[in-house]
Parts: sequence; structure tokens; C-alpha cells
Amino acid sequence: MNMSATETLYPLHNGIGNMVRALFPESAFFINGLLGLIAVVILTSTLAAVLILLERKVSAHFQVRLGPMRVGFHGILQPLADGIKLIFKEILKPKGADSFTFYLAPMLPLTATFLIMAILPFDHHLQLADPAGGVLYVLGISGLAVLGLLLAGWSSNNKLSLLGAMRAGAQMISFEISLALIMLLIVMLSGTASLREIVLSQQGLIFDWWIFKLPFLGIISFIMYLIASTAELNRTPFDLAEGESELTAGYHTEYSGMGFAMFFFAEFVNMFISAALATTFFLGGFHAPLIGIDFIDPILNIIPGFIWFFGKTFFIVFIYMWFRWTFPRLRIDQLMSLEWKMMLPTNLLLLMMGAVFMVLGWAG
Amino acid sequence: MDSYILIGITAFIGSIFVGGTIGLAKLIAFRTPNSALKAQPFECSEPPIGGARIRFKVAYYIFALLFLIFDIETLFLFPCVKIFRAVVDGEIAGITHQLVFLELSVFICVLFTGLIYAWRKGVLVWE
Repeated sequence: MNMSATETLYPLHNGIGNMVRALFPESAFFINGLLGLIAVVILTSTLAAVLILLERKVSAHFQVRLGPMRVGFHGILQPLADGIKLIFKEILKPKGADSFTFYLAPMLPLTATFLIMAILPFDHHLQLADPAGGVLYVLGISGLAVLGLLLAGWSSNNKLSLLGAMRAGAQMISFEISLALIMLLIVMLSGTASLREIVLSQQGLIFDWWIFKLPFLGIISFIMYLIASTAELNRTPFDLAEGESELTAGYHTEYSGMGFAMFFFAEFVNMFISAALATTFFLGGFHAPLIGIDFIDPILNIIPGFIWFFGKTFFIVFIYMWFRWTFPRLRIDQLMSLEWKMMLPTNLLLLMMGAVFMVLGWAG
Repeated sequence: MDSYILIGITAFIGSIFVGGTIGLAKLIAFRTPNSALKAQPFECSEPPIGGARIRFKVAYYIFALLFLIFDIETLFLFPCVKIFRAVVDGEIAGITHQLVFLELSVFICVLFTGLIYAWRKGVLVWE
């Protein structure tokens, strides 16, 4: 807890990283960077599997079913079985589809998720890279995912795909403005755009997290972030893009086998990333929820930061899944008026409110 | 700078991983003989009429244009907020908090005016 914000960041600052640093002092940066990269790739592919199983289990229990039970203990190996099935399935390409974009499209969203995973602050020094404009970087990379969906819809030579992609594009770019303005508010409050320093600015008690620190401002922007990111993820109640009763599957109608798996993986990893960003911006990232009582706080501090980070993140992931089985789907005109007539003006007002708090000196 | 080198390598490894997976799937996946039905786009099993690149609602373009305007203005707000923060923190001398707050308000009001203009013009209605 005594790390100051000015301390330089090592890619890996744990047992393995220190061992490498002791063995190869000169090339430690590169070796640790490479280890971190491998960790990010493994983490991303594992997360997709874990989240797919979690989604199926949570959905099942909401509907008083058991979900996958046959493969492994309580269906724990089900994602592996699905992966093996998907890799052996034939990749179909419809007549008239544009080859290059058809194969390029599923790769873009998943590559974008790798790029964002690389800058998430999992723990004090458990972060691969920390660009000074981290927030802008996140916004820029999430544009790449929209591009993938649009290309997929356009290249498939299928009317349903095209409509689904257009809907997804319109919805995602609309809600991206809300997301950008909420991130802007956090940048204003914490005075930095680097994700690590945003987390460090929330050091202290649970009341120093941005969600609780300022009256009403934090909690309202947190709820708006949840709404906007659910829409950005194309999840129910905003899943117009794949509305299976009207558009079969939306932009990925024509994809089979691994191409479909790529979209599916990217969707789930993006869910994790949205939750992780919510944790970073509002819930104090890797900080333990200290409540200022002398005999509880040291116990909470023993638990390592990345466990708090994953705990908070998976709680928000669970909220996304909860949304899915609670709210009915919106119509597209309702969706658009929600964003442009309610969220956007509210966002601008919140920004002004944040500026007032800054001038009053409450945000410190 | 080091951050961006690592990010560049991540992009490289990520695309190799993703491309490799699709390439592997292409190599080892089952294949069935090609037929006209197999290559037909799936539109609920009806034979498709005409090409897929049809004309669709112009509203998508209007919202895309609105997005461009507001996204660029949001990007302009980032440096504004940075300067606002620096003044409030006392890093920039010679300007009072009230004045810089007024300037930020004017900028946000201009954004608001743009939104209200679009609203009054009826662009925000999805017909």
C-alpha cells in the first residue's frame, strides 16, 4: 500500500519477475515483458472459457435448471469440449462474400481485446504496459471492435447480417459517446488519463473510491456506465444487433466454426474488460475495501490486490448476466432516444457537476 | 515509450495467435463436397432475392455523422479538462478558478447547443 504514484512501473513485480531481474539484470525488461505477454494471451483465452461456462451456469440457475453437467464435474470441461467441436467444424463462406474482409472481420475484435488486456492494472505492478493516455487508448481500441462487426456484416453477402451489423454499429457508436464522457469525468476527477494512476488516486478507505467519494455524482455515473457498457457489449436488454427472433444471429449469421468462435470469445472477453474498466474507474481497482476499523483493515490488506480486482470484476460480470434475465429487449427507437435524449444531456450535466465539485475543492 | 513498444508486440502476438487459430481451423476442419446449397447465404432457408448490399435507412448515416461530431468534441474536451485540472491544482498561475470554470462551462454549453439544435431539427427521431 506504500507505493507512490511516481514509482516506475515494472511489467512483473512478483516472485517470477524478481527472479528474472536477479538472474539477467540487463535484459530483465524484455524477458519480463515477454512473460507478461504470454500471461496476457493465456489469461485472455482462459477467461473466455471461464466466462462462457459462467454465463451458461448463471443463466441456467436463473431459470431453475442445472446447465451443463455431463462434461467433467458440474460441466467444468464443457468450454473445452465446445472449443474442440468448434475447431473441427467446417468454415463456410457464402457465395458472393468478399474473401479478404470475411476472414479479416472475426480477427479484429479478438485482437482488440488482447490490446486492452495489456493495459489493465491487475495489481500494483501486475500490468503489462501503462501508456500515459490510457483512457484515450481504450476508447480508440474499442473502435476496432465496431469495425470488425461492420466488416463482418458487409462482407457476408446476407441481408440479415448487414442489418444486424448496421444496428450494432449505430448502437455501439452512440453509446461510445456516453462512455467517453463518463471516462472524461473520471479523468477530470483523478487528474490523469493513465489507468494505473486512476486506481492510485482512489487509494485509502472505501469512501475514497470514485463511486462513493462525491455526493450522487459517483453513483449516478457508475449506473450510467453500467447501462452504456451493456449497450456497447450488445447484451440483453440492448441485444438488437443479434435479436435472434428477427435477424437470426445478426452480423455473425454466416460464420461457422472458428470464425463464429472468434466473435463469441471477443464478446465474452469484452464483457470482462468492461467490468474491469468499471472496477478501475469506480471501484478502486486493486485496492482492498478498507472501512477504517482497526482490527478488520489489516485482515483485508493481507489478501493480494489481484484477488480484489478479479472479485470486483466478476461481481460486475455477474450484474451483466443478471441484467440479461431481468429486462426485456428494447426497440431500436427507444434505444436511440435513451442515448441521445437522456444519457447524453445527463452526461454533460454530470460533467458540469464534477467541475463544480473540483472548484469547491471536494475532489482533492 | 516502453509502454508502446510492449503494446506493439502485444498487437503482433495477438494477431498471430488469432490468425493462427483460424488458419489451424482451416487446415484441420472437416470438409464436405461443395454444392450450390452450401454456398447459399442463410436467410431463414429462403433462396435470397438479389444481392445483399441493399439500400437501408438513411437514419444510420445521420447518427454516424452525429457520432463523429460529438466524438471529436469529446476528444477536444480531454485537453480542456486537463488544463482545468491543472489550474484547479494550482500548477498554472495567472488564472483564477472561477475564470477557468467559466471557460469550461462555455465549451460544454456549445456542445449542449449543438445537441439541442440537432434535437429541434428532428434528427434524433428514429422513424
